[in-house]
Order: sequence, then C-alpha cells, then structure tokens
Amino acid sequence: MTDTQLVIIGSGPAGYTAAVYAARANLSPVVIAGSVTAGGELMNTTDVENYPGFPAGVQGPELMESMREQAEKFGAEVIYDDVATLKLEPGAHQIETALGARYTAQAVILATGSAYRELNLPNEKKLSGHGVSWCATCDGFFFRNQHIAVVGGGDSALEEATFLTRFASKVTLIHRRQELRASQAMQDRAAADEKLEYLLDSEVTEIHGEDSLSGLTVRNTVSGETSELPVTGLFVAIGSDPRTSLFGDQLSLRSDGYLNVEGRTSKTAIEGVFAAGDVIDSVYRQAITAAGSGCSAALDAEHYLADLDAVTKQAEAVAAAEASQAPAPIAS
Amino acid sequence: MSTEVTDATFEETVLKSDKPVLVDFWAPWCGPCRMVSPIVDQIAEENTEKLNVVKVNTDENLETASKYGITSIPALYVFKDGEVAKTIIGARPKPALEDELSDFI
Repeated sequence: MTDTQLVIIGSGPAGYTAAVYAARANLSPVVIAGSVTAGGELMNTTDVENYPGFPAGVQGPELMESMREQAEKFGAEVIYDDVATLKLEPGAHQIETALGARYTAQAVILATGSAYRELNLPNEKKLSGHGVSWCATCDGFFFRNQHIAVVGGGDSALEEATFLTRFASKVTLIHRRQELRASQAMQDRAAADEKLEYLLDSEVTEIHGEDSLSGLTVRNTVSGETSELPVTGLFVAIGSDPRTSLFGDQLSLRSDGYLNVEGRTSKTAIEGVFAAGDVIDSVYRQAITAAGSGCSAALDAEHYLADLDAVTKQAEAVAAAEASQAPAPIAS
Repeated sequence: MSTEVTDATFEETVLKSDKPVLVDFWAPWCGPCRMVSPIVDQIAEENTEKLNVVKVNTDENLETASKYGITSIPALYVFKDGEVAKTIIGARPKPALEDELSDFI
C-alpha cells in the first residue's frame, strides 16, 4: 500500500497536464497511465495541426511523449498499469491496479477519457481486425489499393478518410445526414481529395463477410432505399462515449453518460475527487480543451489539499496546546 | 527477448515448431503495438518452457501478413502444429492477455 496525496487516473492531455501542474506544486502525483492505452487517443493520430505552439504541426504520439516527459521532469510518477477497482472514500480514496498495486490518495483526478463508439451491428465484432477497424493510422496500410468505407461526419471521420486515401484506391465516406459536422478546414481538405467520395443521408445497416469483410448494405435515410457497397475495409468514426465504468456507481452521471462536475470547476460530488478531459466534456473534446481542463483539476486538487493540510495543522496545534496546558501526570 | 521472424524464416521457426508459438504482428508506426510489445516480452520470459514468442514486422514481411489476413495490428496469433490456434486483435493489458492465452501458458 502506497499513501499518496494525489493519484491521476488517465494519461491523455488532461491527465498529463494535471500531472505537470500537480508535480510543479510538489504534490508528487502518481499517474496511472494505462498499460496499453497510455497517452490516450492522440497515440492513434498522426498530424496534430491545431495544438498551439507547434506551427509546423506535431505528431500525436510525439506530443504525448513530450507531455509525459514534462510531468516526469517535475516529479510525477507514471505507472503503466490499469485501475481495477476504485473506492472513493473522502480522506483516503482506495485504488487497486490490475497488477495488484494498491494506493491510497487524499485526492483523485479522473481523466479516463472516452472509448470509440461501435455501430452495434451483427458481424461488427467478428470482423473486427478482419476488415473492420477503429484506427486508420494503425490499419490503413493493410488496405492498399482497396476500396474502403469510413462511417461518420465529424473531424475524426474526415481525418481518417483523407488519411486513408494515401493507401486506398477509393474511400467512401458514409454519413447519416446531408451536412457534415467536421470543421471547414477539414471539409476543404477533403473536398480537394480526388479519391474521396460521399454517401450522405446514408447509414450502414449490414456488414457482410465470413472470414473477412466483403461489403456493406447501406440505407438511404431519406428514401429508405438500400444499396450494396463492395468494400474490403470499414473504418468506424462515429464518436466516442465517456469511460465511466470505474466510478459510474459512485458518482452521479449526466443523462448523456458524462461525469457530472460542479459548474465550471472540476469538482465531483465526492470530496477530494476531481475530473478532467473528455470524460466530462460532451461539447468541445479537443486536445487543448482537455489539457486546459486537466490544469483546472490540478489547481482545484491543489487548493483542496492545501485546505486539508491547514485543517490538519490547526487540529494538531490545538491538540499540542491542550497537551501542554494539561497538568503533568502525578508520579505514584 | 523474443526473436524477429521474417517471410524467409516463418515456416521453419513458427510452422515447424514443436512448441506453440505466439506471433506478435507489429509495425514501427503503430502506437498500440509499441504499448503491447513489452507486455508480450514479459509473457515470453515467464513462459519460456511452454511457448515460443516471436515478432513479425508487417512492413517488412508483407507476404506472411497477407497470408494470414492481417488487417489490424497489433495482432497476436498462436500457432500450434502449423495451424492458427488463437487470434487476439488489439492491445490488451497483461492480465487480459494471460487470460486469453490460458490454454497455452
């Protein structure tokens, strides 16, 4: 059992930024980074062009490595393990990892991020890794000169689609509405891409294939007509859901599943428990907003720990004063 | 440490092995592969008597990767008597991997 002041769960921009701030405030934070998910979602991206301070862009994994280095430089301890159980008990929150390490923490920052959403269609799981994928940068390479479909209409969908045109013979972007949610910059880039075509007002209703993906059935959401799309690759980019399974039964969640915090702070309903990043943000969900949110959580935790410390010191002072005023024990 | 296997050595090292062989298909540009690689190394070290563990760089050994229909990495395949006996797609924490590999370790 290791007693700590602060444990940070998660290691995306929110977790690592919280770690930088907390470490600089001498809180010696322990970051439980995840065994295979350390660095978070940016580990699966390539060029990040909108993170301030990098006019030439920066590779996602490189940015996350730098954040980790910066946190460690100031004394954060990064553990590559996963939290198995979390008991939130004010004063001494209990954390146990998958490999059996145990920590108590006076304060906890939850920066668990989000997980890719699935289409929830039959065959999706079975063909995952056999044509169905959630990571263009990991898997795009295997689809050289093939026809690939990307589902989704946001920035990540368009980013995946334009990335995949480097390898594919053709990429079809399937989106259930007419308008894309992606930023104008992303849309302009996509529009210039000759290998990219659009199937709008459309949704995937069936995934076909025995050992590997052979095609999709796509339904037009306006006319109701269905058509077959003979693709060998399907990349799903329809957003993500907050990862709350560790604490969903102990803290109140919003109706959309995101973790509830108090106003513009990072405070959750349990004393000494703070939250940051995508797990509380259903709106912005950017690396920079997650980082900013991690900073807020570290400052909130810092204030909380300082108050806790002041209360403890005051109690000790009172006890010491009482002890000094007490009559000396009479020797018998 | 686990050894690197190539298109040229795959048959000899993997398919003709007396022991089951865990093959870690990876590529240098794959983030999750880098995360799972040290875990695979640990499993290799802890189970040397039961399991051989090798790595195949899919960038350099396309023939083997495409023969086994690899389209997502990391992909961990167990080969037993020359046949695929188990496939695990995607990076997993160590306890989860050990659980999936329980028949072989």
